[in-house]
Amino acid sequence: MTTNPETAPDATHGRTALVELDDVSKYYGNIRALEGVSLEVHAGEITCVLGDNGAGKSTLIKIIAGLHRHDAGTFRIEGEDVSLSNPREALDRGIATVYQDLAVVPLMPVWRNFFLGSEPTKGKGPFRRLDVDKMRTTTRAELLRMGIDLRDVDQPIGTLSGGERQCVAIARAVYFGAKVLVLDEPTAALGVKQSGVVLKYVAAARDAGLGVVLITHNPHHAYLVGDRFVLLKRGTMTGSHLRSDITLDELTRQMAGGSELEELSHELQRAPAPGHLGGPAEKE
Amino acid sequence: MTATDTAGDERLLRRSVWRKILGRPELGSVVGAGAVFLFFSVVAGSFLQPSSLSTVLYAASTIGIMAVPVALLMIGGEFDLSAGVLVTTSALVSSMFSYQMTANVWVGVLVSLLVTVAIGAFNGFMLTRTKLPSFIITLGTFLMLTGLNLGFTKLISGTVSTKSIADMEGFESAKKLFASQLTIGSVNLKVTILWWFALVAIATWILLRTRFGNWIFAVGGEADAARAVGVPVFKTKIGLYMGVAFAAWVSGQHLLFSFDVVQSGEGVGNELIYIIAAVIGGCLITGGYGSAIGSAVGAFIFGMTSKGIVYAEWNPDWFKFFLGAMLLLATLLNAWVRKRAEATA
Repeated sequence: MTTNPETAPDATHGRTALVELDDVSKYYGNIRALEGVSLEVHAGEITCVLGDNGAGKSTLIKIIAGLHRHDAGTFRIEGEDVSLSNPREALDRGIATVYQDLAVVPLMPVWRNFFLGSEPTKGKGPFRRLDVDKMRTTTRAELLRMGIDLRDVDQPIGTLSGGERQCVAIARAVYFGAKVLVLDEPTAALGVKQSGVVLKYVAAARDAGLGVVLITHNPHHAYLVGDRFVLLKRGTMTGSHLRSDITLDELTRQMAGGSELEELSHELQRAPAPGHLGGPAEKE
Repeated sequence: MTATDTAGDERLLRRSVWRKILGRPELGSVVGAGAVFLFFSVVAGSFLQPSSLSTVLYAASTIGIMAVPVALLMIGGEFDLSAGVLVTTSALVSSMFSYQMTANVWVGVLVSLLVTVAIGAFNGFMLTRTKLPSFIITLGTFLMLTGLNLGFTKLISGTVSTKSIADMEGFESAKKLFASQLTIGSVNLKVTILWWFALVAIATWILLRTRFGNWIFAVGGEADAARAVGVPVFKTKIGLYMGVAFAAWVSGQHLLFSFDVVQSGEGVGNELIYIIAAVIGGCLITGGYGSAIGSAVGAFIFGMTSKGIVYAEWNPDWFKFFLGAMLLLATLLNAWVRKRAEATA
């Protein structure tokens, strides 16, 4: 809206972006899920993707994570044009995605979850087996390194809190040498304190040199850690900013739809509470 | 940090050995099996004789061989309703192929292995391609196989059972492998018991100590999450169906070589017995949790009940009712124990 996406943050760095989307679109049949979206992810930086429900954030994630192919535009990983056909391919290229609700298998122990899909083995032939000791000790050590002190790596991961599960997933991505970490609404279902904890790990991953894509609908969380901000609305990109170009207030305003929000607050002020909700006695 | 290094263990103390036992999936079934065992020991005098126990073990093994892969499949989040008739199919194929081609029975046995495993792969392939519930897919296979078993047998041998292959080359050696007896002291043990124990051991190894085992739990627990971290969900599920087919082949060959003719209508209904044995053994019907050993205990409960009634000299007309009641009780006990274990965990 305010910035031209084609010229905005591009080329501000001399180095190649870890991940670069250029004018990418995705259609499901005749439904336009995403159109003309561009973004860059650099090492040691956090790119925030902001948007309301239905803005196309999930579609964007699925393209980067390799769950869906994009239909138009260019998707480059470290300068190379790609079209990912499955999540394994994305992982092999160093892109690790942490999903909001499907990051883990709840009934499985923490250590099995930590290594799921990339289990270390020892032995040969029919005696090739999981290196269980290594899996346990590594899980414990890696989590401790991120400041998560688990009672027991054998407990089902479903017994951890939402924030802890996110942190395990982040620690897992960092351990497996991800270069790019994609986080899908990591703070959406969390309280204030837990959100803070998760954001701390996000920042820790950034400081470790990873490029981070942070998907969120909370501009306050985004502004706390973000370096670049991409705004999505109904499948299209409505803004792309560097941190230096935008204030939190402006970001919040754009994110909330600017004038729409003002109109809404106006309406809410004047609307009398419906009778079945307790008549005119307004709550809060 | 050094303090917290050990602090993890300090809180660990609360998780005693007892708690660990309570957390095992097969605990409920073990308690149930103990109750059934005690019951028949009291009401049936001859139940505790070694020969009776070997009969019980034999009955348990014929169910147990199939209950093991069915349990793995259930942990992987799927059902196989065709497992019962697939056993018959497997026996029919090796019998009729051997008879018609007048080859060595071993050729028939190997052809049967290929056909049976291919049917298993078909189940898995259809499931992963169509994404329909496995209940529907395997119900379809179940009905088709039931029809094919009967149709082909009548077409080829003119009756509902196959011709005897007892005088054919290789019959004796194949019988040794699939339907012989071992005599230890005064007790005769059927070779299926060895097959059963071996399958339980291998399945337990796979489940707990291999990557494939990790994937089985993952695809049953949360298939989307598993796929997202790079687990080959489709291959895992197809592999599980082929495992069921392999066990069906073993069972089918046992059927063939112990009776030397096969009734084409057999096996219908057994698929439910396998599933129930797995569920008694602690497999969650929704997937993601369970054990191979549990399925063995479930099969053992079946063996004890079906033979215990005979030893107690009751009217066998009551067998099905008694079996159902036993099942219900064992499963309820299982659920109750697990709930308590979870509450205190």
